Amino acid sequence: MRIAFILIGLLISTASMAGGTFVRIPGGEFRSILKYEDSKGPQKVQSFEMMKTPVSNQEFLAFVKSNPQWQSQNIAPVFAEKGRYLSHWQSPVLLGDKALPNQPVVHVSWFAASAYCESQQARLPTWLEWELVASADTTRRDARKDPLWRESILSWYAKPASTPLASVGQSPANVYGVQDLHGLIWEWTEDYSAMLVSGDNRTQSDPDKAKFCGAGALSMEDRENYAVMMRVAMLSSLEAVNSTSNLGFRCARDIH
Amino acid sequence: MKVKIVLIIFALLFAISPAKAALPADSIWQLDAQITDQNGKTIALKELAGKPRLLSMFYSSCPYMCPLIIDTGLAVQHNLSVAERAKLGVLMISIDPKKDTPKVLQALMTKRKLNPNEWTLARADEKDVRAIAALLNIRYRELEGGDFNHTSVLILIDAQGRIIARTEKMGTQPEPEFMAAVHKLLK
Repeated sequence: MRIAFILIGLLISTASMAGGTFVRIPGGEFRSILKYEDSKGPQKVQSFEMMKTPVSNQEFLAFVKSNPQWQSQNIAPVFAEKGRYLSHWQSPVLLGDKALPNQPVVHVSWFAASAYCESQQARLPTWLEWELVASADTTRRDARKDPLWRESILSWYAKPASTPLASVGQSPANVYGVQDLHGLIWEWTEDYSAMLVSGDNRTQSDPDKAKFCGAGALSMEDRENYAVMMRVAMLSSLEAVNSTSNLGFRCARDIH
Repeated sequence: MKVKIVLIIFALLFAISPAKAALPADSIWQLDAQITDQNGKTIALKELAGKPRLLSMFYSSCPYMCPLIIDTGLAVQHNLSVAERAKLGVLMISIDPKKDTPKVLQALMTKRKLNPNEWTLARADEKDVRAIAALLNIRYRELEGGDFNHTSVLILIDAQGRIIARTEKMGTQPEPEFMAAVHKLLK
């Protein structure tokens, strides 16, 4: 009986630490769903490490406690929208009922997410890194051509946004051992701002080439992959100070 | 009486200097980042406070839009009085830290005959470039051939580093609304 309690205790503590656990992702050639005029064929991705789960409320709370400039009452408006940033927390250093410790942290700006990762000697993943890991299912590194897999990812988008967020680490790990890439939250990437999709391009007309210097406009390699297209459209519409009720992040780091 | 005045002056001096150091909450110069100019001098962003500036991001080897960004900066200056012009700095930060060394930036200064008392061309580390671009809502991506795809914009900031106006109309005829904002700020 006692052992059972200890085991449960251990399980809970490992679950709460899971967000800080990094998993090694072997690099290689990867064909992104994003198609750029300048780049034909697959791109090379270096091996890297990625957090197993998104950063949770309690992990972000620990960060703001030791870095007061990132608490909601101190945040500079150039780094996050005041009034939206961490607005679901009860107070600047208290989670409260609407932000459970193991739920993924949301309402965070790109600057705040970057600062968190930096505090962990890490960084945000690039889009290419994120997409590479998110293309896997539980058994395959690239499940993208599987209609069933696509369908299962898409079903998340049909859920009403008002549904409370699940805890991190509930979904089955993919072949790399990474969880929650689909079905929980949207995630910031380091280079979200490299997605030069203009407002017009999101509706699939020609991009405004005068606005973005030179060629290299973005289009979709695989127009059937709606789930990824929606991510791209969402990220490309964001500014670094924005935060939303279902946008969180996880960190990545180089392998030295 | 005299002592009192001296004391007041001292008190004022002390009151002013910390106020200058503390940037307003909406100042972009709060970002903890560094830039290195065409002379190889590295400074923290917060040291840029104290002067209104035109700000943009570019890269030296850019064949199309970047020369136009510089043209636009020059055109804004051209529409200013001598007194106004003396008050305004122009700062362009490269999005291509690998190629844009101080030497390359210096060469571009010479080539474009940019006045070093008014113009600064600078580079920053990749991480800082990403963050500065994020502050300015400038999007960019390196293309496979070494060129960049990027937002072309000229941003007006006040002496404390607050964004006052931005224009995406590049060329020798600056947007009238943008020019009006520049005149108003330099009054």
